[in-house]
Amino acid sequence: MARQKLKELEINRDWCKGCGICVKFCPKQVLELDNKEKATVVRPEDCIVCKLCELRCPDLAITVLTTQEDDNGKND
Amino acid sequence: MERTTKFVQGNEACVEGALYAGVNFYAGYPITPSTEIAEALSGRLPEIGGKFIQMEDEIASMCAIIGASLTGHKVLTATSGPGFSLKQEAIGYACMAEIPCVIANVQRGGPSTGNPTHVGQGDINQARWGTHGDHAIIALTASNHQDVFAMTVEAFNMAETYRTPVVLLFDEVVGHMREKLVIPAPGEVEIVDRLRTSVPKGVDYRPYLPREDGRLPMSDFGDKHRYNVTGLYHDMWGFPSANPKIVNELLRHLVDKIENNVDSITRYKEYFLDDAQYILISYGSSARSAIHMAKNRREKNEKIGVLELQSIWPFPSELVREKCANAKAVVVVEMNMGQVLAQVKAAVDEPNKVFLANRIDGKLITPTDIKGLLRVIQGRGI
Amino acid sequence: MAVQDYLRQRFFPHMWCPGCGHGTVLNSLLRAVEELGLDKNNIVMTSGIGCSARISGYVDFHSLHTLHGRALAFATGVKMSKPELTLLVPMGDGDALAIGGNHFIHAARRNIDITAIVMNNRIYGMTGGQFSPLSGCGIKATTAPYTTIDNNFDVVELATAAGATFVARTTTYHAKEATSLLKKAILHKGFSVVEILSQCPTHFGRKNKEGDAAQMMENYKNITAPVGSKALEENPALWGRGIFVERERPEYCTEYGKIVELAMKGAAK
Ligand SMILES: Cc1ncc(C[n+]2csc(CCOP(=O)(O)OP(=O)(O)O)c2C)c(N)n1
Ligand code: SF4
Ligand code: SF4
Ligand code: SF4
Repeated sequence: MARQKLKELEINRDWCKGCGICVKFCPKQVLELDNKEKATVVRPEDCIVCKLCELRCPDLAITVLTTQEDDNGKND
Repeated sequence: MERTTKFVQGNEACVEGALYAGVNFYAGYPITPSTEIAEALSGRLPEIGGKFIQMEDEIASMCAIIGASLTGHKVLTATSGPGFSLKQEAIGYACMAEIPCVIANVQRGGPSTGNPTHVGQGDINQARWGTHGDHAIIALTASNHQDVFAMTVEAFNMAETYRTPVVLLFDEVVGHMREKLVIPAPGEVEIVDRLRTSVPKGVDYRPYLPREDGRLPMSDFGDKHRYNVTGLYHDMWGFPSANPKIVNELLRHLVDKIENNVDSITRYKEYFLDDAQYILISYGSSARSAIHMAKNRREKNEKIGVLELQSIWPFPSELVREKCANAKAVVVVEMNMGQVLAQVKAAVDEPNKVFLANRIDGKLITPTDIKGLLRVIQGRGI
Repeated sequence: MAVQDYLRQRFFPHMWCPGCGHGTVLNSLLRAVEELGLDKNNIVMTSGIGCSARISGYVDFHSLHTLHGRALAFATGVKMSKPELTLLVPMGDGDALAIGGNHFIHAARRNIDITAIVMNNRIYGMTGGQFSPLSGCGIKATTAPYTTIDNNFDVVELATAAGATFVARTTTYHAKEATSLLKKAILHKGFSVVEILSQCPTHFGRKNKEGDAAQMMENYKNITAPVGSKALEENPALWGRGIFVERERPEYCTEYGKIVELAMKGAAK
């Protein structure tokens, strides 16, 4: 199984309206709102690339970019 | 191909005109006295690969034809007063979004459900101002079947030319009466087809940017250009805008494209007008009585003429003013409380010489009715 | 293609309030379209009037923004006249089921191949928070200062009874599920209805003390359960989620195509 690994969490600051939905539902508390009320990535290393933030964002402001990483070198 | 001659109802003449003009989509809801149009097209349209749909009401019918026009179809709906009221919001939408479509209103009498199987001409002003907000509209009418056919073809042509809804104001008598109709051979009468954009794929297409001649080339939904259509004020791409400059220019454009073309839109017939001292102005089935009466009086050397209006909106004020300039009196013959009368009074130089000969009881106004009024005007007693 | 490629990006950020569920519906819908690999030129989105209806301006499809309540009637004309097009019709709850209720049941009855999406925030968002036919009893709204006494429609039951051949419900919390249901709805040949509970934090949330957008979404998780689940069986107060109806019936345009064939044969004789 190819496992997804986080390459980058892009947040479009022009589109983000700071609703906090991504922050609240991230299972790993990767995101926070900054002092400008915009979502920002604070713990990228914890991200499990579930992409729930990207799917739920009402402003289509998040893109979770991933790279493929082979599990145990196996590829099926 | 030859001309064909038929003996038909006025509503069938409308159907023949629509088919001649290229109608290929109809949506409607039954209502007397217009229903024969729907009935005939439900059979005829699929024969030519066209579509007919009976919708759940007149609102839906009007909306459906607008949708079908956007995929490149020539569309028609038919109704009478109450249904015409229901269509009004969507007619305004078609004005605003500049969607070609034709709405036939075979008029009956009265407000509300009125006089369903009887004649009336009470929707003249509804055709003009039925929908909300400033706008302009084209409305055509006819008094005999040959003209019903011709005006129906014209309605489709004008809808395409000006990208606008066009109303056909027929009435119960014309709709139901049987008369001879000669259907012209194909090609004999000019048909205006949908003007489609020549802008190639990938190049910015602006659906609301007029060409030099004022026409707006369209692009079918499903074709290469994806754009937006809205009933909100919009920019030349069709996207909503409240920019005062855009709002102002769009409304002026919507009104001007019709009002400034009143000369090209105006359709009329005249009978014995050259030396007429008394002029009858009429339209639709009322005009039949007016013409009949004038012919009779001419035999008695009375100088009576008739101006038969075939286009009512935009109102041909200039034409009416010119034709009536030398008349001793003008009598507007119609079956309502004076809806065209008001327009005529506003158009002529001496409004106090304009009179109304009307009937509002569901019966066709007769030559005798008109004669009675004329005698009073002429000071010859009742 | 990325999901953003289906957007008219020049109009972003969009006009919806922070946390408005309608944005998530747009998000889920675009993913469905992307995953199905549909051609943008083949899609027509028709919408009515409301906050929800503004969705059609944001998608890079053929878009028809119409009158309050009439989106399905316009869509019927588009579909009937050009059946090869895919019709997506997102509507607000007032749009779809108050003023547009008649068109809704008749489109379902005809089983015309259109995907109707009810973006149900249980309130009139655009006009500032009046109750809707989906609000239900005991709700505060600007026109119900003492709370509503109007019963609500159940969209699923209504659509089913009216003849829709695909009926599903989900919420903005369940965004993945929404995309998967929308994909099925779009592929389904016939009239499909997907009701998506979509929060309006600005009016419904504020008036009914439901908290912020995220809290309202959390609530969707708590008040719903999958169709066929034990939880739903045990607690009828929960709203079911998932597919309620998936059946085959003759589709309207296909049937009309047969009429055309028949009539053309007759005319050729
Ligand atoms: C014929 C007509 N009646 C009323 C309105 C006013 N109006 C605009 S949107 C709306 C309700 C919107 O509510 P809903 O459909 O639930 O969508 P939402 O805004 O909540 O997304 C109303 C009543 C209108 N535009 N047209
Ligand atoms: S969900 Fe989207 S709009 Fe809301 S805070 Fe996160 S990134 Fe911003
Ligand atoms: S992908 Fe999942 S884990 Fe990563 S930030 Fe988004 S919600 Fe959190
Ligand atoms: S008012 Fe409600 S429905 Fe409208 S955009 Fe704001 S949150 Fe969304």
